[in-house]
Amino acid sequence: MLKIKRVPTVVSNYQKDDVADESVGCGRNCLGACCINGARLPLYACKKLEKSGAVEKLVISHEAKEPPVAFLESLVLGEWEDRFQRGLFRYDVTACETKVIPGKYGFVAQLNEGRHLKKRPTEFRVDKVLQAFDGNKFNFTKVGQEELLFQFDAGEDDQVQFFPCMPIDPENSPSVVAINVSPIEYGHVLLIPRVLDCLPQRIDHKSLLLAVHMTAEAANPYFRLGYNSLGAFATINHLHFQAYYLAMPFPLEKAPSKKMVTTVNGVKISELLSYPVRSLLFEGGHSMQDLSDAVSDACVCLQNNNIPFNILISDCGRQIFLMPQCYAEKQALGEVSPELLETQVNPAVWEISGHMVLKRKEDYEGASEENAWRLLAEASLSEERFKEVNALIFEAIGCSNPEEELEGSTVHQQNPSGSVNQKSNRTHGDPITNGTTSECLVLQ
Amino acid sequence: MSLTESSKSVFTEEEEKEESFNALWIKEALDELPHNFTITDPFISGHPIVFASLGFLKMTGYSKEEVIGKNGKFFQGPKTNRRSIMEIREAIREERSIQVSLLNYRKSGSPFWMLFHMSPVFGKNDGKVIHFVAVQVPISRREHHRKLRNVSGDLSDHFGSCRREVCFGNFVHQDRALPLECDDDDDDDEQGLEDWEHCEASESEKLKAVEAINNVLSILKRYIELSGRLVCGKRYCLRGADCLSSSLVISLGRIKQSFVLTNPCLPDMPIVYASDAFLTLTGYKRQEVLGQNCRFLSGVDTDFSVLYEMKECILKGQSCTVQILNYSNRKDKSTFWNLLHISPVRNASGKTAYFVGVQVEASCRNTESKELRPETKQLSVVGAVRVAVRSSFMVTC
Ligand SMILES: Cc1cc2nc3c(=O)[nH]c(=O)nc-3n(C[C@H](O)[C@H](O)[C@H](O)COP(=O)(O)O)c2cc1C
Ligand SMILES: [Zn+2]
Repeated sequence: MLKIKRVPTVVSNYQKDDVADESVGCGRNCLGACCINGARLPLYACKKLEKSGAVEKLVISHEAKEPPVAFLESLVLGEWEDRFQRGLFRYDVTACETKVIPGKYGFVAQLNEGRHLKKRPTEFRVDKVLQAFDGNKFNFTKVGQEELLFQFDAGEDDQVQFFPCMPIDPENSPSVVAINVSPIEYGHVLLIPRVLDCLPQRIDHKSLLLAVHMTAEAANPYFRLGYNSLGAFATINHLHFQAYYLAMPFPLEKAPSKKMVTTVNGVKISELLSYPVRSLLFEGGHSMQDLSDAVSDACVCLQNNNIPFNILISDCGRQIFLMPQCYAEKQALGEVSPELLETQVNPAVWEISGHMVLKRKEDYEGASEENAWRLLAEASLSEERFKEVNALIFEAIGCSNPEEELEGSTVHQQNPSGSVNQKSNRTHGDPITNGTTSECLVLQ
Repeated sequence: MSLTESSKSVFTEEEEKEESFNALWIKEALDELPHNFTITDPFISGHPIVFASLGFLKMTGYSKEEVIGKNGKFFQGPKTNRRSIMEIREAIREERSIQVSLLNYRKSGSPFWMLFHMSPVFGKNDGKVIHFVAVQVPISRREHHRKLRNVSGDLSDHFGSCRREVCFGNFVHQDRALPLECDDDDDDDEQGLEDWEHCEASESEKLKAVEAINNVLSILKRYIELSGRLVCGKRYCLRGADCLSSSLVISLGRIKQSFVLTNPCLPDMPIVYASDAFLTLTGYKRQEVLGQNCRFLSGVDTDFSVLYEMKECILKGQSCTVQILNYSNRKDKSTFWNLLHISPVRNASGKTAYFVGVQVEASCRNTESKELRPETKQLSVVGAVRVAVRSSFMVTC
């Protein structure tokens, strides 16, 4: 069994260090059977998505009634600011200094000294991407209702439906949007599909489509949704996506790409070039569902092959990045350099996208493109392994392997100084067979 | 709308006769240019096109009335490369020029490839962006080739580096050669067009774009120099450093509700940004409120204890919501109950850079059941302002 020790991020004020108490009538106004009766929350039901890219007009017509920005954006921002002013967050993220790291990629660095303190390291098993839901551990049915912003529903209607005060129906488990009390940018929220169904952290077609829907309805290219699988720095095994506003492009989004295949549904799959983490970009498709389903197929394949990964949904749901990774595995095997570990930066979806949240002032002040690159390159699969994984993915999606490239066109991942990553003697990201011999723990 | 004289729109209609004469003059001078180009005003909400050349109208098939007031993205469609759009968005945000191939749609719905070359126009005195200019050079079919998309190059080398005669000669030559050489390419129908992820312009088209933009810029420059003399020394002059960057103003212009930003670092905390809805609500003109402290909204019957309460919160750097009687400058000079929310807003270094004040007219508060709560709406303005301010200060250091 492979494990790493890390300080878990506190996403809810109700997250305890240890196994949560299971008292009845708990008095904290949670989502459990104890408190759910009579609970109400705004409900936003988005319009059904016809074509990809069909993210156009607001439904609200009369000007006086117009929300300040697009409807869903107003809802997220307004409810988030309300929780902010009520003091529900552990710190004021807008007081955290942030900057663009000089260089051609434009990595963004944030100094966030408050996010990881006050917690002791916990052990995380990193060699199993799929693990059963464990009701004894912290999960989102235990958060207080004041941390929930609204219910979010993939609509069946042609129009957006909004109900400011809708009872939560325990029989029909709602998807909810909640605050992350340790935000890494303004508007940091969690989307928890069918929260009462207690789904484990595992991509399924319906849930990913819901996440894509939300990105599309937010109608702001600076609002992205992200996902971390187990083994790729998810800390809570209860299905959730994250999202926040950062009004600039992520380096990942700016990376050039090269088309590999197009699926029968018109979804174009490309590989990113000259980016430290070898990644796939999915875009196009005859509908947003086509796009989402292609990514879901790929994720299910990765999950079944026990390969940890991250997802970034950007450009209002038009572009989805898929990043298989092996950092935690390397860390557990003791193959990550002490200097990288010392920074305590975990390359989860936001870091891999190029938004580096740094815990130490010296790391922030000395932040360089080189350092960012070195950390992210550790998370990347090797070239050979990436090829193997792609082959698995393309088979799962049902599109033939792209033609083997002609010589000379192999892409080497280069770091900014131009040197090609040296290949390690072991291929990382290999599926790790369960119940293996190596039992190793990494203490930070 | 701009804050300073020097960062004043070239096209804004003004009451003064001499200025509308100037606006006329500049439009006529620009109309004489043969190029396809548009000019936008980032200080107007929605960052609309304020001038479109005859060539541009002909190319797209729209009338002037249909184009003026629209954002440039009006011409995009499903096959427009998302990456190019992102690159343009970022160039605008960073106030730099960009040259990129772009697929657009005519009024008829037919797509076409063009070389899009955009450049910011800087005001004379304070160096702030006052406009953006973009030229659109159609890419001839003969020169299409399918290409891997590549990282946008740095344009500063291109810019202004070519001599007029050279470009012009080149362009004439290419143009004449075109019909003769355009032969067995007939499978370039729309199907083919739609398949292209990228369409590289020829060198001559790139030079043509540079030449065109230089011509437009030189006319604008002449105008700015001329009008700078004419409109000098009027009211509401804020010093250069106090006015907001075009990218911040573009972000703020998205927010359709009454609000102002004030700068606590300036004496008496003057207004540095006022939304269109604020002007509608209060009946003042933008130039009448910029540079003023918000107290002009209160009057004899305004409760002093509320004013005091606000002042306390501001001094402590806290947010507050109050109900206050305000006096408008609308035709009837009516008063209204203002449900006002004030919050400090931090920039990227975590320091308080502004206070935002969001006004809701109390009588408008009863809402339909299917709408956002007024409090949510009001706070969403605060949130949107925070996001805009935080990122606009995120500069490379
Ligand atoms: C002066 C100027 C002219 C523009 N002209 C066009 C145009 O002709 N076609 C187009 O597709 N986009 C054009 N744009 C770009 C869009 O207005 C917009 O900036 C772009 O789509 C990216 O921003 P968005 O995220 O708001 O869409 C122009 C922008 C400027 C500043
Ligand atoms: Zn409870």
